[in-house]
Amino acid sequence: MPHSIARWLYELCVWLDQTPLSQWIQTHGGSVIPTVQTIHILSIAVVMSSALMIGLRLLGAFGRDQSLDRVAARFLPLVWWPLPVLLTTGAIMIIGEPARSLRNPVFQLKMALLIVAVTVTLMLRSQLHHDPAFGDQSRAPKGTTRLTAVVFLLLWVGIIFCGRWIAYV
Amino acid sequence: MSEALDPLLRWLQAMSVPTAIRENDNLFPWIESVHVLAIVIVVGSISIVDLRLLGVASRDRPVGRLMRDVLPLTWSAFALAALTGGLLFSSKAMDYAHNFYFQGKMALLALAALNMAMFHAFTGRAVERWGAMAQPPRAAKAAAAVSLLLWVCVVGFGRWIGFSLK
Repeated sequence: MPHSIARWLYELCVWLDQTPLSQWIQTHGGSVIPTVQTIHILSIAVVMSSALMIGLRLLGAFGRDQSLDRVAARFLPLVWWPLPVLLTTGAIMIIGEPARSLRNPVFQLKMALLIVAVTVTLMLRSQLHHDPAFGDQSRAPKGTTRLTAVVFLLLWVGIIFCGRWIAYV
Repeated sequence: MSEALDPLLRWLQAMSVPTAIRENDNLFPWIESVHVLAIVIVVGSISIVDLRLLGVASRDRPVGRLMRDVLPLTWSAFALAALTGGLLFSSKAMDYAHNFYFQGKMALLALAALNMAMFHAFTGRAVERWGAMAQPPRAAKAAAAVSLLLWVCVVGFGRWIGFSLK
């Protein structure tokens, strides 16, 4: 990472650490952090299982009697909806312990993976929009469709793994 | 918890695999990551079924068919969660066994199992009869609401273990 960005991140951490909210979490936060983490994990449960339903349908391993369009209509919104909750609870954790996250390489990797995962999800959505029959039951899933599904799922799995590893790096 | 099991717990955590997990810097976080992944899939997939039973979502999908689609995934993920959870437990068996949140989590899991068994033994047996209805019978809705509540608490208690362990 360029020196100037590293320095800026450091200064941001020092500043965040001194904010009243951060100070409050640090002194009274005995139950704030675990509560916020619980909400964060429950939101991830919604995203991951919804992603899994879409991914497995793309692979032809789930709900084959339903069109992909229909599976996506049911589960794709549930990949998006929890994101504001995840960002809010994530922000509270960052404010509570800025240096633990912002300057942590695993946190940075998690954010990079998140950007890629959101991009891939958007691509999937636009592909469905343009070609609703894409991944239809009547056709065996094409190689590219399978690859998209695997990448899509691995990205969310990677995000979860990084999330847990932030505490250890 | 009484101390009657302590010798057994000490014996367990002195075994080679538990010792390796405890002493290696990376094993615990890797196993824990898989545990979290498995639990989010368990909880997320169960909620899909519970929300259907509550008549809130997937109403156009018969309950029996949805369960056949989703529950194999739930059970596979549960097996993985139990395996990884068992490994994590074994590494610090004494500490976990005497931890209030760990005990609570196990009790909540037992309640969730009981709730599920009751549902399948009674209301669930006739699922082919009412499964296509958008609004399932009240007993099914009650089981689903209890299930959702219990699983949310399982996650909460699980997260609290890490903050209360000695």
